[in-house]
Amino acid sequence: MLEGIPLIHFIIVATIMFFVGIYGFLTRRNLITILMSTELILNSVNINFVAFNKYLYPNQLEGHFFSVFIIAIAAAEAAVAIAIIINIYRRFTTINVEDVNQMKY
Amino acid sequence: MTIFMFYLMAAIIIVFSIMSVTSRRILRAAVYLLFALLGTAAIYFMMEYFFLAAVQLTLYAGGIVVLIVFSILLTGRIEQKFEPTEARKALATLAAVGVGLGVTLYTILKHPFVGNGQAATEVNMRVIGKTFLNYGDHGYILPFEVISILLLAAMVGAIIIAKKQINN
Repeated sequence: MLEGIPLIHFIIVATIMFFVGIYGFLTRRNLITILMSTELILNSVNINFVAFNKYLYPNQLEGHFFSVFIIAIAAAEAAVAIAIIINIYRRFTTINVEDVNQMKY
Repeated sequence: MTIFMFYLMAAIIIVFSIMSVTSRRILRAAVYLLFALLGTAAIYFMMEYFFLAAVQLTLYAGGIVVLIVFSILLTGRIEQKFEPTEARKALATLAAVGVGLGVTLYTILKHPFVGNGQAATEVNMRVIGKTFLNYGDHGYILPFEVISILLLAAMVGAIIIAKKQINN
């Protein structure tokens, strides 16, 4: 436990980061920046898990391992998403979500 | 000192997150995202979860951001600037996000977080490795194996999707 820093401050930081990510997710028009917003959202959830683990249940490691698994899933998700983005770019020569409106070829 | 460093890291995370979602140059947005992720790794270091901090540094900051930068370089010119978001849409989104943030902060500020008050276990590599491969109570052998299959499937899928199609 960190001396002098209450748990709530970690959660406030993570909450602000989460909603900044949602703002980016809703306003961005480029697929790569949308993916970056998703990474922000996943990362803020990780901060929450680790802070709860450290402050509330320090004798177990549940939050720690959940964070490790979330990071692994985020890596898999980023790899597949970037493969899809490159394929979309090859087909439409743009990755703007408003120009990619055709689900068939 | 630790307290000052925590609030510095919190400020870095929030400021760089906001800059990352509002920057109009895509490569700069990726670099700001990198700084936000590095701030998170610093917070893990402060909590003395060294393994998690190392994973954050190597996988997020080293892997995912580099992958994103590569895809930026592959899909367009880097000096291209985005159109600024329409003011009406930005305001509507800001209002929705503000309401969500307000409700969430109100809820978590009212909730009393009570820990179980037990002594902290030491988190070293031996404990982490034994917990990962433990099939008894508090063991993670099944998710560990499932995640390895998921990573393999994602790797194969990414190669298949991004492969150049030769037909027609």
